[in-house]
Amino acid sequence: MTSTPQRVRPRRTDEPARIPQRDRGKLGYWLYLIPGTLLVGLVIFYPIVRNVRLSFFHWRGGRAPEYFAGLENWVALFSDQEFLQSFKNIILVIVAMVIVPTLLGLVIAALLFDVVGRRFGARLSSFLRATYYLPQILPIAVAGVMFSWILKPNSDGVLNQFLTVLTGSEVEINWLGGQYSTAMASVMVLMIWIQIGYPVVIFMAALQRVDPQLYEAAELDGANWFQRFRAITLPMIRPEVFVVALTTTIAALKVFAPVFILTNGGPSKSTYVPSFYAYQEFIRGTDKGYAATIASAITILVVVVAIIFIRVQNRAERKDA
Amino acid sequence: MTAVAQAPAPAPSTDGKDRRNKARPRTVAEWVMLTLAVLGALAIVFPMLLLLLNAFKSPQDYANSGPLELPQALSFEGIRTFWETQNFPRALWNSIFISTMVSIIAVVVSVLNSFAIGIGRVRGRTWIVLVFLMANLVPQEMLFDPLFQLYDDMGLLSNPWSVILTFVVIQSAFGTYLLSSLLGTFPKEILEAASVDGATRWRTLRSVIVPIVRPTLSVLMVFFFIWTWNEFLLPLAFLNTSDSLTVPLLLEQLNGERQTDTTTLIAGTLISIIPTIIFFLIFQRTLTRGITAGAVK
Repeated sequence: MTSTPQRVRPRRTDEPARIPQRDRGKLGYWLYLIPGTLLVGLVIFYPIVRNVRLSFFHWRGGRAPEYFAGLENWVALFSDQEFLQSFKNIILVIVAMVIVPTLLGLVIAALLFDVVGRRFGARLSSFLRATYYLPQILPIAVAGVMFSWILKPNSDGVLNQFLTVLTGSEVEINWLGGQYSTAMASVMVLMIWIQIGYPVVIFMAALQRVDPQLYEAAELDGANWFQRFRAITLPMIRPEVFVVALTTTIAALKVFAPVFILTNGGPSKSTYVPSFYAYQEFIRGTDKGYAATIASAITILVVVVAIIFIRVQNRAERKDA
Repeated sequence: MTAVAQAPAPAPSTDGKDRRNKARPRTVAEWVMLTLAVLGALAIVFPMLLLLLNAFKSPQDYANSGPLELPQALSFEGIRTFWETQNFPRALWNSIFISTMVSIIAVVVSVLNSFAIGIGRVRGRTWIVLVFLMANLVPQEMLFDPLFQLYDDMGLLSNPWSVILTFVVIQSAFGTYLLSSLLGTFPKEILEAASVDGATRWRTLRSVIVPIVRPTLSVLMVFFFIWTWNEFLLPLAFLNTSDSLTVPLLLEQLNGERQTDTTTLIAGTLISIIPTIIFFLIFQRTLTRGITAGAVK
């Protein structure tokens, strides 16, 4: 019988296929990987190889000749004001896409689950959850156009109209094109608005794992909502907090559409993010080698962040075990 | 953590406690917290309510009234201008075609990949999964220029298949990751039974495994559809003729035109949101269940 419990897991690479083998052994399974491998090679790895190679050349594009540049492009990156500015902005993007949504998401999820769900009914809480999630499935471009309408610089803009009514005098602030602070803040508000539903849904699902008796016991013991949140909710959903932080950080490093639609990088290139900068350089720049360097740098950063996160998570899991 | 230790072990009888919990009147604090949660949700839908309120105003009405005022008279001028100047049905069809094709083909590719990885347990499969996951990690600006040239050479620019091909790969990366771990725990007894009955691998995959994991496959399809529908950068790069645009691209283009009247833009935004809302209402349950599927195994 095969049901003898295995004490020691064999090396994973030597494990047999899960369907008993009669014919060609495992070789036949490789056939199933052919379409996927060809596609990923063509669409993902060919561009990676081509861009990394190009980052060591100067190239105007088209039929122009390539000139070997060595590390010139990579060195230039570190004294490029626009590139450095785009990375400063990424920190603000991380605040808007990772930190604020995760913190707000924790509070909202706990509110919906612990108070609304238990005391006012599960239907109301799942309705509110769906509402928070709605911006997540809206195309970012559509959300961006909606916000750019609200933030229009003249009296067509909703926000300006509001302020005009509130202050009693004509307000015409150029939110998106006037100055860096309002432009960047607008981009951040859009990101928070889009992002908030994701942690709410993930955290609420995680809370379902928690034994409700735990809450009731704490409640009987006189623990208030905040104490329950700190002592029960937070420790229980730590793995999910981690996953949300990882996935949204990676998304933040790759962010493009909100900036493209709201500010187009302006005013005077101050709201550039790395993706937008690379895109601009590919389209309007004079050196595709340099554009490829920017894109490669972002790719390396994303992969490094992903590896660090996974390492830390594995270590945390081992500690828990 | 000292805080956890304070929570006492629950008493053996929960019945009475449950009743007491339900019966206890709601406190003021609880009403305050409910109000906060509702206000937050209102803040989320507020921009969309603004759209609805202003999409049916005539340009003069819009210029003379505040954004929170009801329209003086129901005007379809903005909507008509949008409909007449933009080929929205075409963009809608393009979006539907691209997203449908991607969700079907990407699920097929994910199933094939994960069959080899999860069931076949091919050598080096941890690395293979990582290689596929690269498709999800790589920023799109890294792909954009080489693929643009490639599709240009293949004559695929402004052709929906350029976007379909690209996103089949990107979406199936996530599908492969999710299904591989699912199939890795597929009940062995079923596979053995199929084998005893003389089923080939292909037959086992098609007639045994796929029907059993179908619920997961349909969740994946729903997500691939939405993700592809919402994509922006690469479609923007690959689709350049006016009859190849998708819904987000059409709206973005309208937004970029200087002469666009504000009411037309509002009407267009509202119309562009409608397919998403319909989709959301149909698949709400699948969505909220599905988001958590890949999060923590």
